[in-house]
Amino acid sequence: MAEVLLQNISKSFGATAALQDVSLSIPDGSFVVLLGPTGAGKTTVLRMVSGLDMPDSGTVQIGGQSMQGYTPAQRNVAMVFQQYSLYPHLTVRENMEFPLKSPLLQTPRAEITRKVAEVAEILQISHKLDNKATALSGGEMQRVSIGRALVRNPSVYLMDEPLSSLDAKLRADLRVELKNIQANLGATFLYVTHDQVEAMTMATHVGVLDRGRLVQFGTPREIYEKPVSIYAAGRLGQPHINILPADLFGTAPHGAANIGLRPEQIQQGEGQDSLVKRVEHLGDQTRLHLSFKNHDITTVTDAHTPLRSGDIVKIQPLRPFYFDAAGARIA
Amino acid sequence: MAQIVIKNVRKEFGAFTAVQSSSFTIEDGEFFMLLGPSGCGKTTTLRMIAGLELPTSGEIYIDGQEVSQKPASKRDIAFVFQMFALYPHMNVRKNISYPLASQGMPRDQVRAKVNEVAEILGITDLLEKPVGGLSGGDRQRVALGRAIVRDPACFLMDEPLGALDAEFREHMALELRALHDRMGATTVYVTHDQLEAMQMGDKIVVMNHGVVEQFGRPQEIYDWPATTFVAKFIGSPSMNLLNFDGMVGNGSASVSLSDTAIDIPEMISGANGTLTLGVRPEHVRLDDAAGYRGRIVASEYLGTTQIITLDTACGAVKARVASDIAVKIGETTGLRFDPRSISLFAANGHALISKANQKVLNHG
Repeated sequence: MAEVLLQNISKSFGATAALQDVSLSIPDGSFVVLLGPTGAGKTTVLRMVSGLDMPDSGTVQIGGQSMQGYTPAQRNVAMVFQQYSLYPHLTVRENMEFPLKSPLLQTPRAEITRKVAEVAEILQISHKLDNKATALSGGEMQRVSIGRALVRNPSVYLMDEPLSSLDAKLRADLRVELKNIQANLGATFLYVTHDQVEAMTMATHVGVLDRGRLVQFGTPREIYEKPVSIYAAGRLGQPHINILPADLFGTAPHGAANIGLRPEQIQQGEGQDSLVKRVEHLGDQTRLHLSFKNHDITTVTDAHTPLRSGDIVKIQPLRPFYFDAAGARIA
Repeated sequence: MAQIVIKNVRKEFGAFTAVQSSSFTIEDGEFFMLLGPSGCGKTTTLRMIAGLELPTSGEIYIDGQEVSQKPASKRDIAFVFQMFALYPHMNVRKNISYPLASQGMPRDQVRAKVNEVAEILGITDLLEKPVGGLSGGDRQRVALGRAIVRDPACFLMDEPLGALDAEFREHMALELRALHDRMGATTVYVTHDQLEAMQMGDKIVVMNHGVVEQFGRPQEIYDWPATTFVAKFIGSPSMNLLNFDGMVGNGSASVSLSDTAIDIPEMISGANGTLTLGVRPEHVRLDDAAGYRGRIVASEYLGTTQIITLDTACGAVKARVASDIAVKIGETTGLRFDPRSISLFAANGHALISKANQKVLNHG
């Protein structure tokens, strides 16, 4: 395992600047999740590290060594993609053995067998090893493609939305599993997703990308509790943070254009009147859609709240965020 | 406007039974969800309401009229599919006008009606644009426009948001529900997404293997699942299910899990043998003084809350607790379950009736 260092990476595709001066340090043994909507540059960062694309400027180092001029194979990275690409004519075992049989690695036969058995055990696919790859369910196929990455001992694992094509239950299971695997191996993971739950639950560090720039890097808790901007604040949290005019509830700090309120930053029962427009019972909690001085506010309340649409509820901000006109956080 | 009654409806495809004797009632003006995993029979049920499939047996009433063997064209319904099928060579206005024009409505009336619908959907400025360049959301709005322009008695929707990404889906879900609240037409909506069902539905039918597992209001189904299937399918993370050997009878108010007494709601039915205790993650508290023990194996940060996974004698337990509670992986701690919220299930997976769940489960 190794530390990965990106320094001042820029990359354009024609007139589109995909990455602009991105510097990122991925500590050895960390689980770094890159978060951002489509087009933010997440996958481009992965491709820079893997060597599938070359930066226009800037450097990539893995384990202290510059990767300039190294092919993907020479970089010793393992990739998992959203679309599992297994060899359909091979069994699960043969699929998982495949990377170890690479002439570059020269792995002894006994070692291959041992490694495949070990990884299959971790991923709970031991009983499927002799099945044809095509005879598996979608979730099993994705486990095999993760397994194919895990049998190797690469410097870094690169994963591009590996769970996004799976159903909700399996995604939840594999989240916990992947996190455990990473922690147990002490492996370095660079993981791309647009799913904030994956980012929050698995990452040791989250990198927030906005149109090719890295705008914040920190633990999930730092990003959630201390976002640097409206954009970063909006990446995490469900329901979405409420962004409202700064003086909507009263005086605001100098220079503030917007106030930002996550549900827990809205105190209910005190302050000023708001109208309940809709009550959504989600089971473990209830979502309130409020109307306050002609602004929509979404917050959460107790699962068994007696509130109904048409009721009046008092609200006031509690330790809110303030942002300036450019969206940067000032308080 | 319409009430829809489904009575003992059954559908077989050759030897395969897609829907087994289902009965439920959709009240006039309700937003009604058919929820279940793929292959559970929800889409087949919807297609039978639409008249795209005819039931093998049973009756379907729309506004008191028995329609089960009538073709789709004889029912006053509008269907919205997951893959919004628009006519690619027509512009937005022509796409929305099409159902009216083909009914022979006079041109100026069609124009007025389409303008009104476009206004409701917020796509007035798109009316003269070709559909080719539209975003996914706008395409879906146009497809909805084509459905609502006819003023049908009810809307049938088959995963209309399934193809959209998560963030946008949330937005469209709100929009769709607001549209329903303005128009008030009965809507039957098929989804496999339990959160979408909870969020949008007035009532939910949960189906599995062609069988209606439960039917009721979202919060009732969440709090008092009728079966272990519903307990597992609704909620994220789902209800914790702990298997144990024991016996309960009328008046029982506690059970014993690996020699620890756990308080439960007072039972008004009995069972013995392998039983299952169900408790939602948010009703589990960590308390080192509690007798029922678990080893912490994982914690997942979620902002306001975190999910703690623990290994216990009767199975894994997930607890949803405040994110400022510090936990250490590998440590052992005690667990307390909120006794008011507990469900018990018999070996066949059906909930045992207690004073807490009788109101929800005895209505049918």
